Amino acid sequence: MPKNKTMYNQGIIIAGMAVFIVLATFPFWYNLGKAAPAPERVLTAQAKAAKECILSAELMRTEHMQMLNEWRDMVVRDAARLYVSASGKPFEMSLSNTCLDCHSNKTEFCDRCHNYAAVDPYCWDCHIDNPKEIK
Amino acid sequence: MLELAIKGSKKYYGWMTLLLAGIGAGFIFYLWQYNFGLGITGMSRDVSWGFYIAQFTFLVGVAASAVMVVLPYYLHNYKAFGRITILGEFLAVASVTMCILFIFVDLGQPMRVVNVILYPTPNSVLFWDMIVLNGYLFLNIIVGWKVLEAERNGIAPPTWVKPLIYLSIPWAVSIHTVTAFLYCGLPGRGFWLTAILAPRFLASAFAAGPAFLILLCLLIRKLTKFDPGREQIQALAKIVTYGIIVNVFFLLCEVFVVFYSQIPEHMDHMTYLFFGLHGHGVLVPWMWTSVGLMLLAIVLLVNPVTRQNESVLAVACLAVFAGTWIDKGLGMISGGFVPSPLHHVNEYVPTIPEIIITLGVYATGFLILTALFKIAVSIKEEIAA
Amino acid sequence: MKRSRRKFLKIAGISALGIGAKPIIDGLAASVPSGETAEPQVQRKPEALTAKHWAMVIDTTRFKSREDFEPLIEACHSIHNVPDLKNKNHEIKWIWEEGYKHAFPTLENPYFEEQIKDLPFLVLCNHCENPPCVRACPTKATFKRESDGIVLMDFHRCIGCRFCMAACPYGARSFNFRDPRPFIKKTNLKFPTRMKGVVEKCNFCAERLAVGQLPACVEASNGAIIFGDLADPDSNVRKIISTRYTIRRKIYLGTAPSVYYIV
Repeated sequence: MPKNKTMYNQGIIIAGMAVFIVLATFPFWYNLGKAAPAPERVLTAQAKAAKECILSAELMRTEHMQMLNEWRDMVVRDAARLYVSASGKPFEMSLSNTCLDCHSNKTEFCDRCHNYAAVDPYCWDCHIDNPKEIK
Repeated sequence: MLELAIKGSKKYYGWMTLLLAGIGAGFIFYLWQYNFGLGITGMSRDVSWGFYIAQFTFLVGVAASAVMVVLPYYLHNYKAFGRITILGEFLAVASVTMCILFIFVDLGQPMRVVNVILYPTPNSVLFWDMIVLNGYLFLNIIVGWKVLEAERNGIAPPTWVKPLIYLSIPWAVSIHTVTAFLYCGLPGRGFWLTAILAPRFLASAFAAGPAFLILLCLLIRKLTKFDPGREQIQALAKIVTYGIIVNVFFLLCEVFVVFYSQIPEHMDHMTYLFFGLHGHGVLVPWMWTSVGLMLLAIVLLVNPVTRQNESVLAVACLAVFAGTWIDKGLGMISGGFVPSPLHHVNEYVPTIPEIIITLGVYATGFLILTALFKIAVSIKEEIAA
Repeated sequence: MKRSRRKFLKIAGISALGIGAKPIIDGLAASVPSGETAEPQVQRKPEALTAKHWAMVIDTTRFKSREDFEPLIEACHSIHNVPDLKNKNHEIKWIWEEGYKHAFPTLENPYFEEQIKDLPFLVLCNHCENPPCVRACPTKATFKRESDGIVLMDFHRCIGCRFCMAACPYGARSFNFRDPRPFIKKTNLKFPTRMKGVVEKCNFCAERLAVGQLPACVEASNGAIIFGDLADPDSNVRKIISTRYTIRRKIYLGTAPSVYYIV
């Protein structure tokens, strides 16, 4: 163990660390004051008229991913396709045919939030999106 | 100890850079495959497994061959192998890594590979294959590292390493048995549906692996100050000899069974491989070359005069490696799929992108192998000094 | 020096674990749904067709030539968005025709009349009772549904390892070697397509059975294909199989296929 705790290559290391910190915090200081506003989702006339979705709007916002996962297991693996919500309203469990039937404006509804959150769900690789997504 | 892999001669850096270039090329082509789909390979609806899975099958064998160095040393006190057990174990690490990479590049949806862990399926042999391959990888990394480290410090390895070493012996046999079980339990594939598939896999593994290890030892002796030892190489050569004889014997058993019984479902695949079927026979020259190489190897290895001449031994080992590679890495997959269950003949030939991705994976394996061997050899040189 | 660095790392690790625990516990707590008054229910549609063991009987005497099969194949492939790929190596087919010697390779008879030798047969997934593909799948992405015996694919879970394709003794499965969407002639919006990298095959029209319709090929066959419950002794399929001679493909393999052929 050396007696004086000399830091070798001090200049290069400190300079490198400074560059690294600048680069690593780039997203924060570059976007200061430029926070993008939360997206506005447009409901179709049909969606507005239906008033009620599978779950409440707050729950749908936070849970629709898990709910769709559970639905796919129930439809594909358990042969159960009819969902009766807590308030007694029946829905057929289908992304393309039920969800997108009401929310037929995918680009103004689904994509708004997904693009804002930089989420790219691969559901649309198979489930027909309606209308076709414009990236 | 890792710092030993970063320092080396100009030739070392040059070799590593070449390997990195190979990895880069393979990676770029893999990105193309990831984007487009497996359609850029030569695989088809009828031959749905190809070069990648063939390489995986062959390399599992090479990985399992580490047991041929570990077993004599630890179970039978054959002291001479103490010099080279680390080389066998590190070869196993590199081989198993390549196996796992080959499976990964072969998947149609690689990002979902975690599903195998999330939804464990004990009735599927692939599930067990994943377990035994990863287990063997960790076993060899831990055992090799600990023993090498202890050797460097001039002390005995910690006591908990011994049970792991003993575990690695049956585990090595299991990785290749499980891989064989992937094939030999499928009812619709007459070429693979044979009890001798697992023993044949092991026999060709114990021929190909030690043969490659001999070549590596000869290379190490030439390039470094560490000499694995003439006695060690000769002992390995005897193992290769028996391995290749048993492999060819098993092949003859299979040939007899299919051609004497004349059952089309079993015979047609051998016919396709060695004589062509319905005018298709792209693999025929390869299969006969493989047989020729293996027979040549037997002649050179059985005769002690040629076996003890290390230059001729090197040729024999190359013949063993090439012959078993063609047998397992080309013939076995195509042979199983052609003709199809509906008795159609659709041949398989790998495409250039497929080969480049394959070479990329091989480059990765060789990179790991070179780095690990550099560490091991540097330490051996250190001790000898 | 060494000891204090070790100590530092230990404390850092434990702190990371401790700080990381809170979001995990929060996450677990959140997944418990806040109580709603009534529980939502999931059930079968009342009009769904159900059976303990779906099976199919194909009356081959009703089909004289390849062209007779085309409307059936077209019906299946069109409603299921099966792509039409020009490259035969990558082709995807759920149901197709094969000559006799290909559909039943072990029942060849060299002295059959020419027209019988190559008589076209309709082949598809046999939805075996003892399916080797289900045994092989490492993720249960292909599975046999306990309720009705249909062997189905869960395209979300399939990792594309193609072990099931190797296991199938009938060559019934196809793999998406590339994105199928550009090759679908006319998309049926009611049914999803598949993506590249997954295996697919006939699904006995499970989605049609769930809404009370018979499979598309059965409907298009004008009675040449009978579809029913093999476990029900009074069903149409049981009546036919008990009285007429039927063959199945490769039964010596122990797969117990559910598709019977009246010859």
